[in-house]
Amino acid sequence: MTDLAATDPLPKPKRDLAPILLPIALALLMIPLIGSPSTWLTLTAASLAMGMMIFIMASGLTLVFGLMDVLNFGHGAFIAVGAYVATLVLAPFAASIQADSLWTNLAVLAPAALLSMAVSGALGLVVERVLILPVYGQHLKQILMTTGGLIVAEQTLYALWGPQIIPMPLPASLRGSFILGDVAIAKYRVLAMLIGLAVFIAIQLVLNRTKLGLLIRAGVENREMVEALGYRIRRLFLGVFMTGSALAGLGGVMWALYREQVHASMSDDLTVLIFIVVIIGGLGSIGGCFIGAILVAMVANYGGFLVPKLALVSNILLMVAILMWRPRGLYAVTSR
Amino acid sequence: MTDLLKLSGVHTHIGRYHILQGIDLTVPQGQVTMLLGRNGAGKTTTLRTIMGLWQASKGEITLAGQRIESLATPDIARLGVGYVPESMAVFSDLTVRENLVLAARDGPLDDTQLDWIFGFFPALRRFWLSRAGSLSGGQKQMLSIARAIIEPRKLLLIDEPTKGLAPAIVMALIECLKEIKRKGATILLVEQNFFAARELGDNVLVMDNGTIVHRGEMATLAADVPLQERLLGLSLEAHQ
Repeated sequence: MTDLAATDPLPKPKRDLAPILLPIALALLMIPLIGSPSTWLTLTAASLAMGMMIFIMASGLTLVFGLMDVLNFGHGAFIAVGAYVATLVLAPFAASIQADSLWTNLAVLAPAALLSMAVSGALGLVVERVLILPVYGQHLKQILMTTGGLIVAEQTLYALWGPQIIPMPLPASLRGSFILGDVAIAKYRVLAMLIGLAVFIAIQLVLNRTKLGLLIRAGVENREMVEALGYRIRRLFLGVFMTGSALAGLGGVMWALYREQVHASMSDDLTVLIFIVVIIGGLGSIGGCFIGAILVAMVANYGGFLVPKLALVSNILLMVAILMWRPRGLYAVTSR
Repeated sequence: MTDLLKLSGVHTHIGRYHILQGIDLTVPQGQVTMLLGRNGAGKTTTLRTIMGLWQASKGEITLAGQRIESLATPDIARLGVGYVPESMAVFSDLTVRENLVLAARDGPLDDTQLDWIFGFFPALRRFWLSRAGSLSGGQKQMLSIARAIIEPRKLLLIDEPTKGLAPAIVMALIECLKEIKRKGATILLVEQNFFAARELGDNVLVMDNGTIVHRGEMATLAADVPLQERLLGLSLEAHQ
């Protein structure tokens, strides 16, 4: 390789740390307001776990938004489908799920999650080809098509599984909490945090260390120029769409286990949160999406504890505040 | 001299607007063909239509004998067409290195080619690991051109590379383009800077209202002040 050492020092890239500091500052600010350190720690752990799950579900959507400017209001369908598909594996192996061995539990959970991701990803392929391909560049039609797709998906789930809520109990080894002094942190929340972190790191590695990742980042910024360099961005988009759908399926399984139940409209409330996360994070920004998800979860948990009546509007207020500060989101990647 | 690129009766509509109204032009192999004209004449639309970024509504475009007017942009690029847009369109979130890695479609970066590019644009070596978004306008233009020449291309479409740049940077760009020309590249170059056009061009096409209104040798136009004034509303003296 050519010696690229410069005679002059390279200018250090400026790191925009303000968005990263925001959730830390918010958490610290809550200590005196909440009063009890153990309650604060429990709420913070709950926020991080919830934030990670929302991030997993939102990460694909933000790339789809940023990469192809597609408004997919049907993203929630992949969440619900993922959760339902998991029941196909978990129900016949209920005894293994209730066994006391962590490995026995994981031996059933892991294939259930993988199957959910595969089915949601395959559904993503169909949705992109059938619903979205004909309406590229037409936002109103995208909203109509994907909202229609969501309704069809929900009604199909009702038709196949019935209208009742399906219980999805946590595996025996993931019930209960880790006790640290007078602080209790639910085991499942720790697992959710670890999986969320792993997904975040994996996405960051792909985006920053591979040519595929470079193409995705470049495509989010200027897809026309990526095409002019000779890359078929439609194929790239399809791959991102399927991956995003698969991650939504994984998020659906995790959320269903968190709530210990599955129903066809389980994604309705989540979809609002996911869109808020994508918007405040900055369209197409995975880092912004990650911080946005944690912020949304913190506001929901801290806000729900301190001012329960504000819970319904707290995330809208958060979005208004962030967009007044940074109108294109925490990390603006696209010019949209 | 064989014609590498040929447009015959090309029309382009953008929405309700009829921008290109029957373009006929040829770009000879190994030469620099200048595309001049007033603002709004259709120069950028011509390049974008050749590149497939806007679809020709009528007419034929052939590259080395192959029809390309109905091909998608990536397929046209893969036939060996490099494009430097007017907006430069560097990927500002990516480093200089990453921008060039993406442009080197056929494999890893070639050290010899890199050294050749750094010879013209030393700033690119200096800011190798910096985000392209942090570069100045001139440096972004250098990166945009470097991206188009990082691998050999049959044809380069370059849209107003000197626009808005400081005179010293314009001279460096002209030297670079001259060197690319000496290496035998075929270039269709849109330019408003008549001095740059005279320095670089072998042939010239002048556009007005979506049609070609003049074609000939650049040297002839450069020497004919009344013709310059009639076609472009300016004279070379005004640019010296």
